[in-house]
Amino acid sequence: MSDPLLQVDDLHVHFPAGGRAVGGKRNPVRAVDGISFSIERGRTLGLVGESGCGKSTTGLSILRLVEPTSGTVTFDGTDLGNLGRKDLRRFRRRAAMIFQDPYASLDPRRTVGDAIGEALDIHDLHQGRQARATRVAELLERVGLHPDTGSRYPHEFSGGQRQRVGIARALAVEPDFLVCDEPIAALDVSIQAQVLNLLAELQDELQLTYLFIAHDLAAVQHVSDRIAVMYLGRIVEEGDRRDVITDPQHPYTRALLSAVPVPDPVAERQRSRVELVGDVPSPMNPPSGCRFRTRCPRVFEACGRIDPDLIPVGGGEGSVGGGHTAACLLHGEVGQPVERSEHPDANEIEAGLDGALPNR
Amino acid sequence: MSIDRPSGDVVLSVRDLEVSFATRRGRADVVRGLDYDLRRGETLALVGESGSGKSVSTMALTKLIPIPPGRVTGTAMLDGQDLIAMSERDLLAVRGRRIGFVFQDPMTSLNPVHPIGRQLTEGMRHHLGISESDARDRAVDLLRKVGIPAAEKRLDDYPHQFSGGMRQRVVIAIGLSCDPQVLIADEATTALDVTTQAQIIELVNQLQDELGMAVIWITHDLGVVAGIADRVMVMYAGEIVEEADVDELFADPRHPYTVGLLKSLPVLGAFDRDELAAIPGLPPAPTDLPAGCAFHPRCAYRDDERCVSERPPLREVGGDAGSGHRIRSFYEVAEDDRRAAATAGIAAPEHREEDAS
Repeated sequence: MSDPLLQVDDLHVHFPAGGRAVGGKRNPVRAVDGISFSIERGRTLGLVGESGCGKSTTGLSILRLVEPTSGTVTFDGTDLGNLGRKDLRRFRRRAAMIFQDPYASLDPRRTVGDAIGEALDIHDLHQGRQARATRVAELLERVGLHPDTGSRYPHEFSGGQRQRVGIARALAVEPDFLVCDEPIAALDVSIQAQVLNLLAELQDELQLTYLFIAHDLAAVQHVSDRIAVMYLGRIVEEGDRRDVITDPQHPYTRALLSAVPVPDPVAERQRSRVELVGDVPSPMNPPSGCRFRTRCPRVFEACGRIDPDLIPVGGGEGSVGGGHTAACLLHGEVGQPVERSEHPDANEIEAGLDGALPNR
Repeated sequence: MSIDRPSGDVVLSVRDLEVSFATRRGRADVVRGLDYDLRRGETLALVGESGSGKSVSTMALTKLIPIPPGRVTGTAMLDGQDLIAMSERDLLAVRGRRIGFVFQDPMTSLNPVHPIGRQLTEGMRHHLGISESDARDRAVDLLRKVGIPAAEKRLDDYPHQFSGGMRQRVVIAIGLSCDPQVLIADEATTALDVTTQAQIIELVNQLQDELGMAVIWITHDLGVVAGIADRVMVMYAGEIVEEADVDELFADPRHPYTVGLLKSLPVLGAFDRDELAAIPGLPPAPTDLPAGCAFHPRCAYRDDERCVSERPPLREVGGDAGSGHRIRSFYEVAEDDRRAAATAGIAAPEHREEDAS
């Protein structure tokens, strides 16, 4: 029934740390530290999290723009880890990327038509100069720009228009899959909606599959079918967008949702924010056990020892495609969060949890 | 349910503020006639998109823009003194003393080669003429006040030893160090993660209750406005296009641009996968403003006579006379559209109610 276009299993991306520590080697930066997920054909997975959680690195490593340290990425049945240079190039025709900053991702000295046409050249996607120009004009028009604007330079465009150029360039290779990394974060409010609408339109029309990476939960909810929440290199919760937003099961997801300001002063005054204590720990030296425990409002002793896996929670069916999972010891028994305050006998709870959870 | 309108004395009174720059493409009119009063204890939010003039209009108050090519006219009375007419020398005694600043990016507003203690005490020693040891004592108090743990131990730490949120707390402490009458916060939480942003907003609200200063909060984020402002001015192309108390602005917006902004936002907890109601087109360049109403090329309500030829005045709207709800438009948004925009923000996720109880 489920038909994933992309399947990621136990992906790790570690970067060697710069400099030299006293008395030996430094720990590597564990930017992505063992994540698994899949995206069905024609669907959107939203990847949210705060800066430094590893969401952009995840996107880059799927396209092998950054080499994964370990783990497998399977695209349409092919293990990307085994691809040689030639096959990798062929893969890159099917997967493209839209970057955050359309100012930085376009060469200021080349016309936008050239920027788009380069992708066609590399992949031999046109016959002759005339065909190339026609195709560039077509792409420009498709993203809502005037077809004659190909001869202009990036500085002649506004931020939103530049992002449209970025999208046209990604579409040039006729991909099946797009990684959109914060595609609206640099845009003005009134322009963000235009770009989100364009992405939705293109998805419908071209049956695209998206990995939508952003920190803006409202935008992610709007474009995604499913949402994965990342914290310090791990996915802590994943599920249907409706489940994750209205029935968050991981304390971090709850904290994140409660911190999002909503454009309603009455609601803003009434609600209390789940305040997180402290800062995100260093990905070079993540906490033992649950990585969120140093900031978690509902931490108990076992959290320091057990590194929780994603387990089914809430009302999700528990299948790969339809389930709702969270990585938290509060969910020792499906759908029954155990609160420390409600259970003074912490040892007993821990014993129960130890049995219920697969240890790492 | 509405909060009390701050009735404190007017601290800052701005009239006819205009800022223009000489550019190669001609004169850029960036701020075009701003009028407002800021009261003690009040938070006034300036909302608008990039280029709307919100930052420049506040930078111009203390001439933090280069002149020339900039040109500033109008008046800005702070306690009976006109800042715009003031000499550079006198302004030195205003900046950082009577008007405090918090800018967007704490990594660039702090000096990386000096410990934060020195950056905190510098202004106090200069403006308040106090001794180094008194200034350090005050600095420790300030750091405690903005929620930095082990404050006395951290005075000699450098900016890179703090996280982004902690750095912004330091910058706020500097902004508050000389007890300013007005604190100008320019996108002060934009560079921060949402959980950190929530902490900073709580902090500023709480400090304001404690210290009673007036705050001008500049942001593009309507959610942040809802959480922090008493009064809101929406800016577009260098003008105020709508001004109202925060509750009224979100419950009963009247200007087509404000309504457009509210309706274009994706809302957490609203799952109907409709298209977002985007505002078509782009904001105008300040060197090339349209005739008539600056918003008319993007406006669904425009007519083809007055709107394209005549600049609309800022006029009072709404039921209560004297509520201070003003818009700069010949037309008000129809009632059902207003209601759609007002309810757009209310579909909050279910767990919120749980948390609030």
